[in-house]
Order: sequence, then C-alpha cells, then structure tokens
Amino acid sequence: MKDKIFKGLLFFSAIFILILTAGIIYALVARSLESFQEYGIWGFVNNSEWDPRSATEEYGALSFVVGTLYTSFFALLICIPFSFAVALFTGEYFKGRKVASVVSSIVDLLAGIPSIVFGLWGFYSIRPLAIELGVNAQGFGIFTSSVVLAVMIIPYASSLSSEYLRMVPKNLKEGAYSLGATRLEVITNVSLPMASSGIVSSFILALGRALGETMAVTMLIGNTNNIPSGLRDTGNTMASVIANQFGEADGLKLSSLIAIGLLLFIITAIINLIAKLIMNKLTNV
Amino acid sequence: MNDQVSNIKRRNRTDKTAYVLIIVFAILAMVPLFLILGEVIIKGLPNFNLRLFTEVTPSSMDAMLAKANGESIPGGILNGITGTLLIVGLAIILTIPIGLFIGIYLADHQSSKFAKTVSFLTDLMQGIPSIVVGIIAYAWIVKPFGGYSALAGSVALTIMMLPMVVRSTEETLKMLPVSLKEAGLALGSSYTNVVFKVLIPSGFGGIFTGILLAISRVMGETAPLMLTALGASIVNWNIMEPTSAIPLLIWDFYNDPNLVELVWSSSLLLLIVIFILNWLAKLIARKWKI
Repeated sequence: MKDKIFKGLLFFSAIFILILTAGIIYALVARSLESFQEYGIWGFVNNSEWDPRSATEEYGALSFVVGTLYTSFFALLICIPFSFAVALFTGEYFKGRKVASVVSSIVDLLAGIPSIVFGLWGFYSIRPLAIELGVNAQGFGIFTSSVVLAVMIIPYASSLSSEYLRMVPKNLKEGAYSLGATRLEVITNVSLPMASSGIVSSFILALGRALGETMAVTMLIGNTNNIPSGLRDTGNTMASVIANQFGEADGLKLSSLIAIGLLLFIITAIINLIAKLIMNKLTNV
Repeated sequence: MNDQVSNIKRRNRTDKTAYVLIIVFAILAMVPLFLILGEVIIKGLPNFNLRLFTEVTPSSMDAMLAKANGESIPGGILNGITGTLLIVGLAIILTIPIGLFIGIYLADHQSSKFAKTVSFLTDLMQGIPSIVVGIIAYAWIVKPFGGYSALAGSVALTIMMLPMVVRSTEETLKMLPVSLKEAGLALGSSYTNVVFKVLIPSGFGGIFTGILLAISRVMGETAPLMLTALGASIVNWNIMEPTSAIPLLIWDFYNDPNLVELVWSSSLLLLIVIFILNWLAKLIARKWKI
C-alpha cells in the first residue's frame, strides 16, 4: 500500500514536468497573442520598427533577432580557438595529468561567475579597451558584448569538447602513433574526426547559451532599437530589450516584449534540440 | 633521402608549433577569470566591511550627501542578503522534493516512452533563457496576484533549478549498481524503504552535489528577478511582497552614480558565496565518489 502511494507520487512528479511545460508554453503564447493579432506572426518577426511613442506606436522584432544572431555568432567565432585549445589541453595533450584538472577547474570557475559581474567587468575593463581600439566613441555595442559573451561561453564549449576527446579509444591513437604519425597528425586524423560530432554539438550548446544571455549584454550593447549595421554599431538583443523595457511596459508593448520572449524560447529550443540530436546520434553508434 | 629527412623535420616543426599554440591559447582562456577576480577583489575590499552585512541600502540622496562630506557610503546590502536567503531558500524548498522524485522516476523507467518524454522536456526546460524564465514567473505569479513578490522570484529560480536537480539525481542513481536495489528488495524491503534507506543514502554525495551546484547557478541570477521580485530598500520576509536580492542590488547600484561604489563589495560577497558552494560541491563529490 505504502509502495503504491509512493510510486504514484513519483509518477505524478513526472507528470508535473508535463504540466510545467504546458504552463510555460501557455503563458508565453497567451500573452503574446495581442501582439500577434495586431501584426500577424510574420509581420511581427519581419518588422524592424520598434517605436513605443503612443502616437506612432509600432512593434517589430527583426532588429533584436538580428542583434541576437550577430552578437551570438560573433561570440562563438571568438570563443572557438580558446575553447578548442582548452579542450585539447585537458582532453588530449595533458589528459589525466594534474595540470589538466587544474586548467579545467579554473576554466569551469568562469561558468560560475554571474552574468551581472561579467557585465561589470565588460563595462569597466573591456569598454575602455574598445574605445582605445577605436571601435566607437562610447565603447558600447556588438563588438564589446560579443567579446564578453565569448568569455562567458568558453567553459561550456570546452568542457564538453574535452569530454568527447577523452572518449576517443586509445588503441586507435596508438595505432596511428605506431605508423609514425606526430601528435598533431594523430589529433587531426584520428581524435578530431572521432570526436567531431561531440565537439560540434558542444559548440552549438555554447551558442544556445550565448543567445539567451541577458545581463552582461544589456549592460554593454548600447540599447538602440535599430538593426545593427556592423560590429562597431550599437543594438539590442532579444534578451536585452526585454530586460531593458519590461519594467515600464504595458498593453501592446508588454505583449510584444513577451512575444520576443516566445521567439527567443523557440530559437534556443531549436538550437538545443539540434545539439542533442547530434549527440544522441553519436552515442548510438 | 634528404627529402625524407626534411619532410620529417617539417612535420615535427608543425607539431611543435601546434603544441605551443594550444598551450598559449589555453592559458589565454584562463586570463579573464583572473582579471575579473582581481578587479572585484581590489575594488571591492575597501567597502567590504561589517556595515555591508548589518545595514540596508541607503537612499541615493543620503549617499550623495555622505560623499559630498567625504564620508563612506552610509549603508550596506542587508536587504539584499536577506532577500537572497528568502528567495533562494524558498526556491530550494520548492525544487528539492519534486526534483528528487522526478529524478528517481527517470532512473527507474529508463526506456518507457513516457519517461523519455519527461526527460526531453527536462532538457527543454534547462535550455530556457533566464530572462524568459522571468517572463513565465511574471505571467504565472506577478499578474494573477497583482504584484511583484519574493514568491514570483522563487518560482522563477525553481524553473531554473528543477531540471538541474532532476538530471543530477537521475545520473547519480543510474550509476549505482542494480544489485544494490535488488538486494534490498530481495531482503523483503518495500520499494519505498529501498529508495529512502538504500538508494538515496548511497547516492547522497552525487545528489547533494547537484543541489549545491544548482543553488550556486541561480544565486547570481539577475534577469529573472528583475521581472518578478523587483527589489526593495527594506528587509522583507513576506513572500508576497517585493523583495531585493544581492544581484538585484548590484544592478541598482550600477545604475545609480551615487551608490556605484557598492557594486564591487556586493559582487565580491556574491562571488565568495558562489565559489564556496562550488568548492563544497567538489569536496562532497570527491568524498562520496558517487
């Protein structure tokens, strides 16, 4: 009897996840409806106008979608050489040695630093650097946010990649060594091809992280409601526009901001799903 | 012959270059951590005093007057500390039982279609950006109850913690040998007893580590709290009232030129707490092995 109740409890807890997810999707969709009804889904997504003034009120998400993709992909690009180096350092060159665990713990600590502290660091340290480099006069913008974002996602990309590199069977590598291959040749011809899908999926997951990052980007991107014209320009991401304008919003503006939240939710879900699919394929082989 | 020798030399040179490059880039990847820690410690220590823990945030006006008189900022972040305790504490209470139960269920039903769906949805939840989590809690709690509240903040943090706790519980229990459970059942123990007296105690290290890591992850969350708990300049223990938290205060200070100096000492405190939680998690994971 007791067992039946307990097993039922476990089952209902599992059902609770279904309810939560349904509630999440319902909350986002229901509160986005006003905006979608006004502009149509595609009309909302494909409109770069964001004008909260009551006389000419008009809301579209395109500037922020572009801003988000811009910052995230640039951040991913910057993070690749560093994450890759850390992954090879900990998962291949110094695998199993003390120095590898020290390096990976240090890089992992980066993941523990709150977004807002990254924002402060970006504001007080990276922004002056951007001004010095002549990016733009204020130092805010896509460039500065991407650099900080890149640092934030290094641990996510490197720790997973390193794990996949470590899983490459030893005898394959030893075979290549015995044929006279150098270490680099073993890496490029054996380890990387073996671990490639794992590494790709870990970078996709890191991209997913970058897409949703809020505070650091909000503090650094400059918060302008137009499509950024380049790396030097200011802009807004989907997350940063919500963080910036949610507080004073109501009516159609609030609904439009929530609609942007729904879009962000869908985009990150798709990105994470792709990463998961690649990973599952890997484990099934 | 000469050709072959030079070929081998070239290959060895490329190999060396790659080796050096990888070490250099790996070291460069660690530099930001030290830069950030250095900046927070150097700028935070001067204001890191007892006042930080015993007094609430001063008004912008008082801070400006004190600064004009050459005094230090008259106040601390007590309201943020108590707020973080309240919001995170409530989130822990909401998360742990459900998270454990779902984790146990998933570890026990690995191949059923329903469990796979639940597992998929847990992954989906884990990927929700923090700001979107804020919107969800806003729609669920702030709107229906007619105001910003600590409870709304806790619900937001619960949405973030739950998938982490489910995953770590599930992974830990999966690592336990099946014979452990079977032995318990064979001795005539009920399933409930096996779970509570055998499985959970055996996997305690892993489960507890997962919980600690989840707490340290949400401790520094700012975005979801901006949309839910909002902030308050007084110490508040009522879960239905707006409440501050350390990261929320850092955001307020950052936006207020009169209080901006407190940014660093508050960040220092936040980092200390987060790193202690991380360190504890590692310690426990090493001690219990599983």
